[in-house]
Amino acid sequence: MGDDGRPPASRASGGPKPPADEGHARERLRRARATTAALIERAAAGVRAVARRVGQTPPPPGPFRPEFWRSPIRGPWLTSVFGLVLLIGIPLIFITGMLSYAAYNPDLGPLNDQTPDKGVLGFYLFDWPTHPYWLYRLTQGVHVTLGVTLVPVLLAKLWSVIPKLFEWPPVRTVAHGLERLSLLILVGGVIFEFVTGIFNVQLFYVFPGSFYTLHFYGAWVFIAAFVVHAGIRLGRMRRALRSRSLAGELRTDLAHTRPEPPDPDGLVPTAPQAPTMTRRGAVGMVGAGSLLLLVVTAGQSIGGRLRESALLAPHNRVPGSGPNGFQINKTAAAVGVTSAHIGRDWRLHVLGRGPALVFTREQLLVMRHHNAALPIACVEGWSTPDQRWSGLRLTDLAALAGLPNASSVLVESVQPPGPYSSVVLRGNQIHDPRSLLALRVNGADLSIDHGYPARVIVPANPGVNNTKWVHRLTFRT
Amino acid sequence: MARFIRWYGSHPLHLLVLICSFALTAYAMVRLFAVRPLAVAVWFVGAAIVHDLILLPLYSLADLTAPAVLRHRTTRVPRLPWTNFLRVPAFLSGVLLLVWFPLIFARSAPYSGATGLSQSVYLGRWLAITGVLFGASAGAFAWKLRRVRRAARADEHRPAPGHDAAP
Repeated sequence: MGDDGRPPASRASGGPKPPADEGHARERLRRARATTAALIERAAAGVRAVARRVGQTPPPPGPFRPEFWRSPIRGPWLTSVFGLVLLIGIPLIFITGMLSYAAYNPDLGPLNDQTPDKGVLGFYLFDWPTHPYWLYRLTQGVHVTLGVTLVPVLLAKLWSVIPKLFEWPPVRTVAHGLERLSLLILVGGVIFEFVTGIFNVQLFYVFPGSFYTLHFYGAWVFIAAFVVHAGIRLGRMRRALRSRSLAGELRTDLAHTRPEPPDPDGLVPTAPQAPTMTRRGAVGMVGAGSLLLLVVTAGQSIGGRLRESALLAPHNRVPGSGPNGFQINKTAAAVGVTSAHIGRDWRLHVLGRGPALVFTREQLLVMRHHNAALPIACVEGWSTPDQRWSGLRLTDLAALAGLPNASSVLVESVQPPGPYSSVVLRGNQIHDPRSLLALRVNGADLSIDHGYPARVIVPANPGVNNTKWVHRLTFRT
Repeated sequence: MARFIRWYGSHPLHLLVLICSFALTAYAMVRLFAVRPLAVAVWFVGAAIVHDLILLPLYSLADLTAPAVLRHRTTRVPRLPWTNFLRVPAFLSGVLLLVWFPLIFARSAPYSGATGLSQSVYLGRWLAITGVLFGASAGAFAWKLRRVRRAARADEHRPAPGHDAAP
């Protein structure tokens, strides 16, 4: 580094001779470089020496010593079983999560997009379809229910590798240090994602900021570390899974439970306790935990009689009874919609080409109505059974507004400004014959909490994009 | 190459993959930390710390000390290992609580207003599930204990083999 690497040709090129001052400066620069190089070399040697010394010092007492960890069933096979389940489950959760973002049609503008700074992270976005009409109900139901169900597996996986957190020396090589940094992001990221998601579905908004922002960007932070971790450990996982037969483990009772052979990762204890549980028991207990969570959760998404079995899920009951007795995302009172907004003075404004059309509810009721049986499916993972909606087709309203080929519509609610008080729908959503401005449901007028006097209902649309208490539709080409 | 591996500690591909990963992480983190960076960082790092250094040590400690604290004092033989009859229902009830505690303890302020549903049902339901889990476990333990005792009694009544051959 001390050597000046510039080609000598520059001097021979016949340019103006450098003044004497410049020669001095160059000499000084050369000396400074040499000094810096020496300093760096000395510092590097110092770091190496410290690293060597740390590596040679015995680990501090407690969890840094291998004999601290005594569970006889901890080992690469058990870790790999949990790892395999997560290797299948986490990508499914990630993909359904990405789909959920696409389902909001964020490219239609800031009203639909809570993360407008996404940049390249929105590379995969596509026009969200309206077929099949239960698409969002399925993808988001899987996203939330699978997330909840995998909590015990995640806990077990983290338990099985906890000795690695206290590895000694903490950093052996540059590669090791970088990998551990990546693992820190992995563990922080996965818990962050699970916690924000699980809190959000319970409307427990204690996290710092918008759920959408935190959960979306957090997912990318997590998945970056997840892919690396899965890639680096895949071979080790496969070897570990092959090292013992699953059938054999399922037959092994407590009396025959032995620790796995010592492994280079140090998961197998050097001083194991007598076992109190078999590996089969541990896997079974974790599986039972997942099954139990599935039973007390899935019904809020699947619906039917299973809804009653979803004992702990947020939307496991029906608010009220009658034709409007199905789950509500936000009641009128919760978002500040009062009778002043939706009383006799309420009008529907339809804008497109030409002057605005204004309708009273009575006028809308005598127009030609169509029916559609569609569910409401929420980002929170719950959904209603199909409800029989009745109202005006959005595509007919677009034609009335003079834009039969409208490519988008801005839907505005009377509700005070806030997230999703207005949204934009895409052309394919407008022109699906099942997309309605609904006035009635299940043979009765909409209740106030379900969006009286009029609400949008579009197949496969995320719940919040089915705007309630609509008062203005602005069609655009 | 050998020199690189000695310096770095792994194959160059390892470094390349990690750099790509960190680049994506940084790209997303800039956006994640755009608003209230300190609070988000506390949540992100806190998530790992709360799990690794609080939750896991606590449940491990409970698991390790339970046998000593709840000593089985009977001197009657045979004894039956009972740890798992406590461990399994405690684990199952625990994961339910861990996931659904905001509803169970009615901590979600907007829930009732938003959904039109009452939050007060969840504590009772969780307690009931917990009761059923521990009850079923106790039932299974009692049944097993009875079987083992009966087998032991049958052994007592049967003369031990080689009894008559004693000098």
